[in-house]
This record gives sequence, C-alpha cells and structure tokens, in this order.
Amino acid sequence: MASKVSRRQFIGIGAATFGAATVGSGLASDWWGRDRPHVTRPETDGDKVVPTFCELCFWKCGVLAHVKDGRVTKLTGNPLHPLSKGRLCPRGVGGTGLLYDPDRLKAPLVRVKSRGEDAFEVVSWDKALDVVAENLVKIRDTYGPEALALFTHGYGGSWFTHLLKAYGSAAIGAPSYAQCRGPREVGYQLTFGAGLGSPEAIDLENARVITLLGSHLGENMHNTQVQELAEAIGKGAELVVVDPRYSTAAGKARYWLPIKPGTDLALLLAWMHVILTEKRYDADYLATHAVGLDKLMEHVKDKSPEWAWPITGLKPELIRESARFIASARPASLIHPGRHVTWYGDDTQRSRALAILAALLGSWGRRGGYLVPSGMTVPAFPYTAYGRKPKSPPDRGKGDRYPLADETLASGLCDATLPGQALYDLKGWIVYGTNLVQSLPSPQRTLEAIQKLDFLVAIDVLPAEITGWADVVLPESTYLERCDDVWAPAYKQPFVAVRQPAVEPMYDSKPGWWIAREIARRIGLSDYFPWADSTEYAMHRVKAAGLDCDALKRTGVALGAAAPCCEEDGLGLAFDTPSGKIELYSEQLAALGFDPIPVYRPVEEPPAGMFRLLSGRAPVHTFGRTANNRELAELYPENEVWINADAARALPGFEDRPLASGERVVLVNQDDVRSNPVKAKVTERIRGDCVYLVHGFGHTSKGLGFARGRGASDSQLTTRVVVDPIMGGTGMNVNFVRLERAEA
Amino acid sequence: MSAQTERLNRHGRPILYGMAMDTRRCVACQACVLACKAENEVPSGGFRDWVVTEVRGRFPDLSAENRSERCNHCGTSPCVSACPTGASHVNDGGTVQVSRNRCTGCKACVAACPIGARYVHPEGFVDKCTFCLHRVEVGRPPACVEVCPTRSLTFGDLNDPDSEVARLVQGRRFHVSKAEAGLEPHLFYLD
Repeated sequence: MASKVSRRQFIGIGAATFGAATVGSGLASDWWGRDRPHVTRPETDGDKVVPTFCELCFWKCGVLAHVKDGRVTKLTGNPLHPLSKGRLCPRGVGGTGLLYDPDRLKAPLVRVKSRGEDAFEVVSWDKALDVVAENLVKIRDTYGPEALALFTHGYGGSWFTHLLKAYGSAAIGAPSYAQCRGPREVGYQLTFGAGLGSPEAIDLENARVITLLGSHLGENMHNTQVQELAEAIGKGAELVVVDPRYSTAAGKARYWLPIKPGTDLALLLAWMHVILTEKRYDADYLATHAVGLDKLMEHVKDKSPEWAWPITGLKPELIRESARFIASARPASLIHPGRHVTWYGDDTQRSRALAILAALLGSWGRRGGYLVPSGMTVPAFPYTAYGRKPKSPPDRGKGDRYPLADETLASGLCDATLPGQALYDLKGWIVYGTNLVQSLPSPQRTLEAIQKLDFLVAIDVLPAEITGWADVVLPESTYLERCDDVWAPAYKQPFVAVRQPAVEPMYDSKPGWWIAREIARRIGLSDYFPWADSTEYAMHRVKAAGLDCDALKRTGVALGAAAPCCEEDGLGLAFDTPSGKIELYSEQLAALGFDPIPVYRPVEEPPAGMFRLLSGRAPVHTFGRTANNRELAELYPENEVWINADAARALPGFEDRPLASGERVVLVNQDDVRSNPVKAKVTERIRGDCVYLVHGFGHTSKGLGFARGRGASDSQLTTRVVVDPIMGGTGMNVNFVRLERAEA
Repeated sequence: MSAQTERLNRHGRPILYGMAMDTRRCVACQACVLACKAENEVPSGGFRDWVVTEVRGRFPDLSAENRSERCNHCGTSPCVSACPTGASHVNDGGTVQVSRNRCTGCKACVAACPIGARYVHPEGFVDKCTFCLHRVEVGRPPACVEVCPTRSLTFGDLNDPDSEVARLVQGRRFHVSKAEAGLEPHLFYLD
C-alpha cells in the first residue's frame, strides 16, 4: 500500500512547514514498508485550490475547493471569509456530493407526453432553447409580458431576474419570503424601520443571554451564527429556549420553556408584563429612542404570567424567572429574530412582539444585540435600461390584500395562475432552483395551477419534482462549475465575495448566465446581455468597485472597512419609521386596521386523536434539495416523525401493541392526505400535543435515485394555511395529523 | 516519519497527542464526520469519527450531551496487544496507528477495542482515526478540528503544559469513554 505520490505533490500547501525530519525517509518507496510500521497518507490536498462561495444553502459561506486531476477532492472553509472563518457546516463539506451526484440532470429535456407524466426526450441545447424562446414570444404576444412569472431561489437566479425584467415582467417571487422570513422582515421594519435581511447582523458572539423562540439554531446550521453561538457559550453566555421540542439548543439552555404550540405571543406579552411592571426595561434608551411606551404598559398590564399560564402551559414562576433572567443581561440580551417564521398567520405580529421585547432590553444598535450592518459599494454592470414599467405582479389577489408585503409572494403568483383568482392570469413560469412542489404549501394546489399554464421551463441541477412537471428542463451546472455575480451583502463586516468555477461543467450542463443570455438572444433581448461571460461581468463590477481583480480571484473575498455598527462603536441610532423612533405602538398598523400592539388570539386546536404537525431542519440538510446527496444522506438518509413517549403509549389504534421507535407509520392529515410510511421516533424530547418532521423528505421524483420514497413530506401534509393579513405569509403549522401503523 | 524516533517537546518531554472535546459547545452537526471522510477518503459505510447525542430524563426534565467520538489513542491500547501481525502499533506522539501493509483484516483489534473505533475497509484492512498524523506533522490540525464550526475540538500535546489542550484538560471538568476499563484514553470530553 505504499504511496505513489511524488514528494512534491504531497507537500502541497503545507510545504513551508514540512519538517526536515521527513526528507529522505523513503516515504514514497516500498522497500522500508516491509519491516517498519507504515501509515498511509491520504492525498486529498488539491494541486489547485479555488476560493469560491457555497450554494448548499442561502448562507453562502466562503469555501476553498481542492482540485486534483480535474476532480474536486474536498471542500474546506475559507479562513478569510467572514461568514465561514475557515470553518464549514456539514452541508458545505458535502458539496462534492452534489457535484458528483449520479442523478444530476445531464442534458436538456423536452416533454413528450402530457404534463406531469415525467416523460421527456433528450434534445440539443439549440432545440431546447428554441422551444423556450418560441413559448416566451407567444406569451408576450398573446397576453403581454406580465403573464410570465419567475420563481427563483439561489444566487444564480440573478441572471433570470435580469432576464425577466428585460422581458417586461415584475412577477418575480421567491418562497423565501412568504413561506419563510417575510413576516419577520415586516415586523422588524414596522418597529425599528429596518428588516434584518440575510445574513442577519446580530451579535450572538457578544450576547450574555440568548433567547431562541422557535429558532433551532444548531439544527439549522447558519454557519456564522452557530460559530458565534458556540463562542458565546464558551464565554459563559446562557440560553433561554422556547420550543415545544427539546431541540439541540434547548439541551444547552439555562431555561427551556416547552410551550404549547401557537401560544408564543401570550408568552411574549407576559414577559413584557414582567419586564415593564418590575421596571427592568432600559428606561433611558426608550425615552430617547421609542414612542408608545405608555400604551404598551397599558396593553400588557393584565398580561401577567398567571394569565399566560393556562394558555401556554408554562408555569408562572418559569415565565417570571426567565423574564428577569433575560432582562438581567440587557442590552447584551439577544432575542433571536428567527428565520423560518410562517407558522400561524399572525406571524408579523409575533415578530413584532419579539422586536418590541428587544426594544425594551435596549438591544437594537447595541453590542450583544442587533447591529446595524453596512455593505461595500459595488456598482452595477452598465446595461440597457429596462423598457416600460410593467404592471404590478398579480400576487395579491383581486384587490389590495396584504398591504405591507414588500416582496412578491411566491404563493400569490401560484394562485394567480388559477384562472380568475387575481387581477390578471399568469400563463408561463420560469422556475429556477426551487422545487415548488415542496417549497410551496399545498402541493395539490400548485400542481393544479401548473396544469393551467401554457408553458413551464425549469432550470435545475437535479431532477427535483418540479422538473417532472415542466415542458422544458434545462440542466444547470452546479456552483462548483460556474461563475456567478459577485456578492456584497450588508453585514457587520462588509465584504465582496466571488464565485468561480473549480472544475469544468460536467455532462451537457451549462451555467445559468449562459442559459439566460441564450434565451435573451433568441427573443430579441441581446442588448441586455452584452458581456462575453459571467467572469467579465463580475470582474467589471469588481474593477468598478476599485478592487484588485487578481487579488480577489486569489482570495475569494475582499473585506471593506468596518463601519460603526452599534452605539458602543460611536454609531448614532436612527430609525426609518414614520415617527423616526422605535414604534412600540404602530400608528401605521392602526391606520390599516391592524392591531397597533400585538394581541394574542387563540389558534385552532387539534381534534382528539390528532397532533399538530411541526417541521424543522436537520444540520446535514437544506430543505429537500440535499436529500439525494449521498455524502450527506449517509448521515441522515430519511426523516422520522417525533412523537412524545406518553402520547405514543396512548395512541388510538395502537392498543394491542404500542408504537415503538423505528416502526413505520403513515401520517393522515385533516383532509385525509396520507404520507409515505415514515419511521417513528418515540421520544421524551417533544410535547404530547404535536409531532415533528424534518422538512424536505418524501420525494417522489423517479430521477432522484437515492431520495425517492425515503421519509415523509411535511409539505404534502400542509394542505391548509392561514395567511397573514398584513403581508401574505402562509402560516403552515395549522395542519393536524393522526398516526396509523404502516402495513408491513 | 520513523515510528522509532521519540520526538520531544520544548520541555524535553515526549510529545503526547490528545484531544479535548467540549460537549457544551458541540451542536452535533456532524461536520467533523464529513470533513474526516473527505480528508481521509473514508469509504461509504465506514467512519473514523461519529457523533453521539445522549438525552437523559423524562419530559420536561431533560438533559443532553453531544459528543464527537473517535479512537481514543489509549495509553493501554488493547488493540495493539490484540494485533497478531504488529499492524496496530503505537506511533509518533503516542498515537495508535494501523499499517495497512501488515494488516490481514483478522478483526482481533476490532473485537478488542472497547469503544468501537475501528471498521474494516472494503480493501480488506482495518481502518480508524489517525489523529490526521499526516497533517499534524506538517503543522496543521486534524481535519475534524479544522472544520468544526463550534470549535468544540482542541488538539495538541498533552505533555506541553502551555498547549491549549493541556490547559483545557487541567482546568475543566471532563469525563472519558469507558472510565471503568482503565484505558488511559487521550480524548477528553469536557463537561
């Protein structure tokens, strides 16, 4: 087993520190291995190391791709990148499992049978793009450009956003808004005059108390946040965790509040009651920066822990003690804003309650709280201005629904595809990088909408379910095979990062920029795509930003000067609200007929014998898009349904033999939709009134050779939503399931 | 590097590699497992490290501990004693290693290891954690240590009182695997 590598190759990156002791030891030869113990050295360091940024999730950490003999051998964290700081989450490491997934889309496909039968023929790029072009022209000529919508998720989507705007449509939606973090953005905007964006500029690292309400950080692996959470714990910070499930974070908490699902707002009001009546708030901060304190005091004066007890199931002492504990660390007492917050349809108000609580602690604009981010200026590539202003997207139904939505609702675009539901009907979809069958609730409704379309083109890396419903499927290269636009988000440390290809595109896949340009060329929009390739585009922007292109290509990231981001740094706080202050009481909401201060209203309870279905994340997966990644799936091949041990013993229908962990069950929801058989996890780690699934399993696409048929899909069981009247978010924790033993 | 050379640290004591694993920081994400597999080309189905979450108690009075586990590179090394061919041996820094060229895949070491750290490689030899000696000897940390987003893993010379790992083991309460077996393990789980 002697190593055949030359010493020069082996030394690789670590050459400088490779000690003299090894030189001449006969490492590469066979003769001494006979009588001396010999330890084989792996040879996974790259001959070439390409810095780029990750696309396994939306966090987009800086990675170093090690390339050897034309293959990516491993991915490591870029030490210079402020989001990875040299470290990666498991998904980032497992990016090679996406690049080398044997089930990747390998060539352009055109549908040959009726839509949804998932029957396609392989065609040339020219043929596929001609079909796309022909249909886009037909839609534009027949209905106007606004009848074409784009659903997009992922950084490569920028090319298609540009294409759609050039084409003349503003109907561009991402499920990451109305199905995820939208209510939070609106809630914080209303309170502080600023949303949180992504990545959130919160100062976990310097917080002394961190409160998580429904955020299961550590299971959702937002790399930088998890790094900072661990740093904070290392420095002695304590956690308060509110979750019906004993999450990983709850396992580290000083206080775990196993709240009854749907009652978070009652707890938040009771916490405010304690902090206000016991005068534990930051009075000076509020006097300077906030309006509405008197009204808030009046509002919560009867919302005592005793009031919240029967609602939340949390004992008054626990509520009172945890409130005092949270207040004791202010302003370095961070109320985590959460991320996936579309739960019950009152989510903007709950997010606002989190924001108000943070304001009482004086933690916005303070170290250990919410920081005010800044970004580097990277001028746009100068292209032709878009033509006439398109009609507003038809995502708000027929009238003026959801007045405070500040992005397009992906769910609303789907609804507008069903004839007569909106101001005008959508007739064509471009779907980039989002598996709408899982990323939108009510897949049954999504498929009904798809059947009304004149045309659907899907651009993806894998044969996700949505591709089976497309008319044309275009195989995109993975992030490791392409250059995209540069990324310069607002963050506490401003930076510009580049994505560059580590290897050539595999199979007959093409990068998104090329696909968008080739479509544009065919429909008379060439002027909007004047660049030779995405590298020219990206480097033009880098140069315009006054940065050194070669240096950036070498390092993958350039850091900007850190601007003051909290009062302790000398930042003067300003709030972009109508009053110019933090709005504890919102005149804006009052004027629109909504509660100016959040009000707790009970949500519907599961009927006897049924459980509320909750969902979340596993650290090695991102939504459903990694379920087929063999490297990641080896560690988590399928989800399990978590059920409380006592509840499992009392399950109706299981009287003869109680349900045991590992047995398979079928989940049946309130509308009699039945899941795939899924393993039960009978556990003490969850309340008895709810069950829990990791999202993104139960795939049905025949092309997903590994993931197909594994685990259960929470999306499929989400046949019902409660829509947030303020901004249109789809509350999804309102579905109930019962359990049946799966037939053996 | 010759296994026979005993390297001394700057205090004149033999280098003794060890690891501290902070259970308070760890979130059980398994990045360590994936990074190890990529670095060391560990085949599908094999693992040189793994993650355990141990939950105790009844709802709602629960406690949990997360651990990233691997070969403890034990001072007593029952695997080395059990190996009939000398493939399993003590190498630099007190690490326990397997010479693939001497291993017949008999699995005596697998049976002898009380913590289940070893697996049989599809090519027929027994494989396990090397503490990434190939990286350590060029001044780089093991792959699991380098990737860990929570910095739960600290690697270094236990015989150097100034090393971070020695300081952690000196200053923090810890427990070890199979304490009753008296293995003299060099992996310490910080409480």
